[in-house]
Amino acid sequence: MKILVCISSVPDTTSKISFTDGDTKLNKAGVTYIIGPYDDYALARAVELKEQLGATITVLNVGGADAEPQIRKALAIGADDAIRVDIEPTDSFFVAEQIAAVAKEGNYDLILMGRETSDYNSGVVHGIVGELLGIPSFSPVMQLDVTGNEASMTREIEGGKEKLTAPLPLVLGCQEPIAEWKIPNMRGIMTARTKPLKVIPAAGLALTNTEKYSLPAPKGACKMIPAEEAEKLIELLKTEAKVL
Amino acid sequence: MILIFTEVADGAIKKSSLEAIYYGSKVAEMMQTSAVALAIGNADATELAKAGNFGATKVLHANDTKLANANSMAYANVLAEAVKNVGAKVVITAKSSFADAVTARAAGALKAAIVGNVTELPNLSNGFQVQVSIFTGKAFADVNVDGDIKILAIKKNAVAPIESSNSANVEIFSPALSDNLFTAKVTETIKATGTISLPEADLVVSGGRGMKGPESWQPLLDLADALGAATACSKPVSDLDWRPHHEHVGQTGVKVSPNLYIACGISGAIQHLAGVNSSKVIVVINKDPEAPFFKAADYGIVGDVFDVLPKLTKAVLASK
Ligand SMILES: Cc1cc2nc3c(=O)[nH]c(=O)nc-3n(C[C@H](O)[C@H](O)[C@H](O)COP(=O)(O)OP(=O)(O)OC[C@H]3O[C@@H](n4cnc5c(N)ncnc54)[C@H](O)[C@@H]3O)c2cc1C
Repeated sequence: MKILVCISSVPDTTSKISFTDGDTKLNKAGVTYIIGPYDDYALARAVELKEQLGATITVLNVGGADAEPQIRKALAIGADDAIRVDIEPTDSFFVAEQIAAVAKEGNYDLILMGRETSDYNSGVVHGIVGELLGIPSFSPVMQLDVTGNEASMTREIEGGKEKLTAPLPLVLGCQEPIAEWKIPNMRGIMTARTKPLKVIPAAGLALTNTEKYSLPAPKGACKMIPAEEAEKLIELLKTEAKVL
Repeated sequence: MILIFTEVADGAIKKSSLEAIYYGSKVAEMMQTSAVALAIGNADATELAKAGNFGATKVLHANDTKLANANSMAYANVLAEAVKNVGAKVVITAKSSFADAVTARAAGALKAAIVGNVTELPNLSNGFQVQVSIFTGKAFADVNVDGDIKILAIKKNAVAPIESSNSANVEIFSPALSDNLFTAKVTETIKATGTISLPEADLVVSGGRGMKGPESWQPLLDLADALGAATACSKPVSDLDWRPHHEHVGQTGVKVSPNLYIACGISGAIQHLAGVNSSKVIVVINKDPEAPFFKAADYGIVGDVFDVLPKLTKAVLASK
């Protein structure tokens, strides 16, 4: 089995977000970058499937050279080789086009990624890739098993979940609890250094671009209500906040 | 033409989709065109006609029996056909994980520009620009949307709909559906019934580890019941299986923007706030006055949830 795992490189979830250059660029100073948390679940499940069934895992990132530490980490966790499409990932369609081009070349049985990136939270790249390749896509997938040429999955739906089966190849947007995040061990880190990482150019054009960023207005002070008079809250929610 | 991908649940248009229809009709006004709603699956014609109250001039209803189950591939195919059929330049949907799956595939088929989490009406003064919420509500981006066809997924409260008495004609829409759209087989659906949909809810009562355990959730459920609110929880709570996974809100869970979010025994970690910070009003109940959540709250009560919650429920019931 051949698995392609697509990873994004995003600010750590505890990062304070700020902007520079007249609010046109994300301020990267002091920000730690990580593998997208959802992509990390996809990668973890791919590594488990490799251990269970035997598979080769290619990790793919659409991004600049500064994403390479995250790519190396994915190799250390258990991917076999890596491809980086050398362009900033600014637009969902454009990123999906790059992934689909790589996927077409490689004939993968499973293309796994997170349900969404933690920067733009759009959750559409897997669907676009599926359509461009003419194969089914599902998201958010919270359980995945493969038997022969068939995948069985659990997908989250509003207010519950749905179990389904579908023949490979498939594109899946993954989320917990599909697997537990994996931490690379020393041997993984050593071998990752020499695993192949191919850098290729992008093709096509982005269909959207961000002109300017802004931050939400700061919250006003929190109004404290003594616990002994908790019932007063309901009155305030009615008359002052007008939400009841 | 503006086309709105309209989700139906239990035969009627979802509240979030009515909001999307209204948004679409406003964009149509700005672009001097009209708004058509596309509804797929089982739905009542009189329910669909309500799209007119929110500004749609027509409803296309794809009701082929093959579309009874929500299948993102088949739905995307219908959506892409409808876009071509009405000559739509802009497609609007309310953001949801199913709508994302459908519009994403339609974007692939149409080579359309697609943006999510749109928070306001577009600015058309110089091209087509929208504001989107990024980093799960920590910031905003003004995005220029090029592309001949544009797909926008709007966030809850992007517009405040005003209902009219206008009605919309419902027309049956039956594009061809090939068998290869139906290779996946749904073997089981497990769905909570009778509960309020969390992403759609205006009022949410949410519990964290401070609720102690699944057996002590009742006071929270009682308050939610009294208010008619949806229930939610923090990540550790769903990880520990105290509550079902679809209730988990935050960076890695459902993102909600209700009018009122009441947090009970939740510390307010940055990853939790990421999923709830666009709520209009936040109430925090926590026994620790230093809990970080108070910094993000509008109203706070320092106290024991098991003491405070019953008082609140009583006050809600008394005020009815
Ligand atoms: C990559 C990543 C993603 C994450 N994503 C999410 C996410 O999507 N959603 C999420 O929620 N978390 C997420 N987390 C976890 C997050 O960091 C916190 O660990 C989590 O939100 C804490 O949950 P909690 O507030 O329920 O528990 P705790 O932090 O343990 O807080 C419990 C609170 O209850 C209070 N309390 C205890 N007893 C009482 C009582 N009797 N009465 C009143 N108050 C009481 C305590 O004072 C405390 O403030 C993520 C973490 C990472 C690393």
